[in-house]
Amino acid sequence: MLADRDRIFTNLYGFQPWNLEAAQKRGDWDDTKALIGRGHDAIIDEMKASGLRGRGGAGFPTGLKWSFMPKESKDGRPSFLVINADESEPGSCKDREIIRHDPHKLIEGALVAGYAMRARAAYIYIRGEYIREAETLFSAVAEAYDAGLLGKNAAGSGYDFDVFVHRGAGAYICGEETAMIESLEGKKGQPRLKPPFPAGAGLYGCPTTVNNVESIAVVPTILRRGASWFSGLGREGNAGTKLFQISGHVEKPCVVEEEMGISFRELIETHCGGITGGWDNLLAVIPGGSSVPLVPAAEIMDAPMDFDGLKALGSGLGTAAVIVMDKSTDIVRAISRISYFYKHESCGQCTPCREGTGWMWRVMERLREGDADVAEIDMLLQVTKQVEGHTICALGDAAAWPIQGLIRHFRPELERRIAEYQANFAVAAE
Amino acid sequence: MPKVSVDGQELEVPDGATVLQACELAGKEIPRFCYHERLSIAGNCRMCLVEVKPGPPKPQASCALPATDGQEIRTDSEMVKTAREGVMEFLLINHPLDCPICDQGGECDLQDQAMAYGRGGSRYDLNKRAVTDKYMGPLIKTQMTRCIHCTRCVRFSEEVAGVDEIGALYRGENMQITTYLEQAASHELSANVIDLCPVGALTSRPYAYEARPWELKKTLSIDVSDAVGANIRLDSRGREILRALPRVNDEVNEEWLSDKGRYQVDGLVRRRLDKVWIRRDGKLQAADWNTAFQAIADANPQGSIAAIAGDLVDCETMFAAKTLLAGLGSDLLEGRQTGMDYDVSNLAAVNFNSGFSGIENADAILIIGSHVRSEAALVHVRLRKAVKRGARVFVVGPEWDTTFPTTFLGPDAGVLHDLPAEVGEVFSKAERPAIILGAAGLASGALDRSLRLAQDWKLVRDGWNGFNVLHLAASRMGGLMLGYGRKGGIRDLAAAAPNVLLSLGADEVDYSAFPNSLKVYIGHHGDRGAHAADIILPAASYAEKDGTYVNTEGRVQYAEKAVYAPGDAREDWTILRAMADVLGVSVGFDSLAELQASMVAAVPALGVEGLADLGDLPASSGGGRASGVMKYPVEDFYLTNPIARASVVMQRCSAELLHGEGLAEAAE
Repeated sequence: MLADRDRIFTNLYGFQPWNLEAAQKRGDWDDTKALIGRGHDAIIDEMKASGLRGRGGAGFPTGLKWSFMPKESKDGRPSFLVINADESEPGSCKDREIIRHDPHKLIEGALVAGYAMRARAAYIYIRGEYIREAETLFSAVAEAYDAGLLGKNAAGSGYDFDVFVHRGAGAYICGEETAMIESLEGKKGQPRLKPPFPAGAGLYGCPTTVNNVESIAVVPTILRRGASWFSGLGREGNAGTKLFQISGHVEKPCVVEEEMGISFRELIETHCGGITGGWDNLLAVIPGGSSVPLVPAAEIMDAPMDFDGLKALGSGLGTAAVIVMDKSTDIVRAISRISYFYKHESCGQCTPCREGTGWMWRVMERLREGDADVAEIDMLLQVTKQVEGHTICALGDAAAWPIQGLIRHFRPELERRIAEYQANFAVAAE
Repeated sequence: MPKVSVDGQELEVPDGATVLQACELAGKEIPRFCYHERLSIAGNCRMCLVEVKPGPPKPQASCALPATDGQEIRTDSEMVKTAREGVMEFLLINHPLDCPICDQGGECDLQDQAMAYGRGGSRYDLNKRAVTDKYMGPLIKTQMTRCIHCTRCVRFSEEVAGVDEIGALYRGENMQITTYLEQAASHELSANVIDLCPVGALTSRPYAYEARPWELKKTLSIDVSDAVGANIRLDSRGREILRALPRVNDEVNEEWLSDKGRYQVDGLVRRRLDKVWIRRDGKLQAADWNTAFQAIADANPQGSIAAIAGDLVDCETMFAAKTLLAGLGSDLLEGRQTGMDYDVSNLAAVNFNSGFSGIENADAILIIGSHVRSEAALVHVRLRKAVKRGARVFVVGPEWDTTFPTTFLGPDAGVLHDLPAEVGEVFSKAERPAIILGAAGLASGALDRSLRLAQDWKLVRDGWNGFNVLHLAASRMGGLMLGYGRKGGIRDLAAAAPNVLLSLGADEVDYSAFPNSLKVYIGHHGDRGAHAADIILPAASYAEKDGTYVNTEGRVQYAEKAVYAPGDAREDWTILRAMADVLGVSVGFDSLAELQASMVAAVPALGVEGLADLGDLPASSGGGRASGVMKYPVEDFYLTNPIARASVVMQRCSAELLHGEGLAEAAE
């Protein structure tokens, strides 16, 4: 269990106010000028040494990402930092807690990270449904401006830096980094082709880095406590602490900061009061938000919860949104519902995802009742393969993986339903 | 020059080429729907997937991937085949497959590529998606269920036309292409989306259910609806032209065509003159050719005959008339019907010298009295490209919607003598400055002042001539080369009060200036000229004769005869040839070939396809002073010539798109 002294998000549960005064008491904005005084490259190097991997799902090393930004502007274009607070992945709710209760960690992180990558400004793109959270964030940014922590000569560092908060309009796809950039520019939120990558031509055609809220919010603490402290937590290649969001069939669903690589069993036992009905009642777990394949109970129980540990199980850490399902779950229906979500949220730009997500969902709906042929299971698997890896962005993959996970682990259940349906049908036909 | 290998074949490709272009260079066909050479890359159809090493172990969209050194591209691997079959299957699951009742059938990319790259059967047995059809105006018919969301139409209207008329609504499988609030697409080039649409979602409304492509005879022709001289293909069946389509010519029209050039063709079978008419007691009565010719001879044309060339006539007709008049001892020739009398002693001064493809490279453009969008929509496309590359544009003349950032300097031509300092600054710094002088500018006497500015700003420099005049009539440059331009313009003709006035399809002339002349109208439509005429001799339209046309760049182009003229109508030159016999004049040609030979002997440039050499730009004489508020000559884009005025489609466009009528049907 993570020691209290190693926690980054000390007001995760909102026991104290979120405002600047309280945040400063918790240590935020403490001599930010000195952090910035270390220089652009020193901060990036420190971040690289810390081993922080992006908290948005893909797990790309954060320091490395920042280092792709141009060291100087050759043509007068400014650089931008875009912070992805469009937390729409079913199961995820960590950024929400950060913005609700600890917004100044994020804003300070924006300044420090923005400075490190030589950005002119940061845009925080917050999910449209987060109405109260957006209000908090707007107020927090205003507080920071009033206190001289942002704007010209931000925090007395001599660096000019602005933070803009932009509210989304409720599209899941706008959480994809290039779709977010399109949306920020006022266009329809559809992912862009890569290359060019945002670090070369992103927001308004300028070099841009898109980072998750959590990735940015942990930056000041990492810099204050040192890269070695952060990398000392967790496992090799999976350093640090992470906000886990456990939902579903546990006694006490919660958001909790834990060390990376904690075993699933310890995570649940320590923080969630166990699985409803006990460990024998566990059916499967979706360990990283709706887009990763599910992992059946036997495999997940003692698995380490980090990027590489879950990858070994054919799944992924994603955003660490752990969806726990016990044996009362209609697993086919659950996955079918996720399929519906991706069908609903596909932007419609490229063919495989636009046409494939609807097809997959419709077949899933029939499999749910068993109103299908056994051969359709393989057909469905093939369709998922036709979508996966053929699309512009990762939404196609995200739509395909849950179904692939279901077929991989629960094929007998699918076949059983088909047999049962056909038997009933035969009876009815007689 | 990166070196890549395509299916094992090594080749060098130009810098900046994409993998798709590399594959094409290697002679490999890459199926595609969304990719189009003249539009931005969308990469959304995913049909062009290929396998590329090094790279992620998944197929890559070749249209969007830059070719880099050492790439190993495979278009024939199992992975590529499966990927194409998969994408094709997805495209077809919600496509209605109603090819037998689809107008695109036979020229459909989806049909062709499904045959070549598809799997042959579908595994999708659920209900297909149906989409309500959208109203896109009188030209574009929609069947949106067929749409495959390639977004070519959206990109065309945004990028080429410059208007945000077409866009996509909703997302995922509910995505729909539509115009904003289902308003009619009203841009002058809107119908090009029909050609761009790879499926039958956007088809031609006037041509709906008319014919299958394989039934049509295809004839190469030249568009005469403006002075651009767009290269077109006339598709005819029997005696009727069913449609006009653009041909690719990067120098002239790229692969676009204005809506007028495309859809005026139904006017070719309406309001046609198919009989000889003679006015007796104020009423036109049917007659025969001999009577008509005799009536002309009786009017005593010897030494007292004039000819006015209309906007649509070919060089052959004008040359035949010129020869006839010469035989009768007259040189009263004029083509500028509206009475303009700008100096034509040096044709380089009234030519579009930069060329259409050249004007794209201009970095400062001063437009003097030209509403380029309605006068030459295809030149406007080039101007948009120039602006995209950073050109500054100034306009002298009334304001109009240019679709790009423009500085308007005022409607009065007098401002040319007192230009704001900013203009001089931009032009003195520009590397390729250009002036475009339009008809309204010519009318306000700005030619001389423009030549002066050309001198001051050094518009002519190494490899660059930035002095351009944009004409409106397809016959203008050819006419001027053949001498259809007098010092005093048409007033000279009126002053001469000729006994006989030959009107070669001239419909914009004020005939009241010729009260005592016998007005002989040789033309194809019962339009203004025919109303004023004393004798009407039915002739052939541009689709019904071989002809030479010179566009406003001075580009000589040849059109071929697609169909026969209706009724008694004859090709213009044969009428003039027969008239010459009755008038007792020897013109020296008995066939079109002989006519052309003597025309080329007289004006050698007309014998060579391509840009005519018109010599150097003259110096300003220093005399002229531009003045007066300009007025653009095109009042109704859809009704500028007799063919278009006879066309039901063009009338409908004019009424609905310009005058806001007919919205009742749209609302239905």
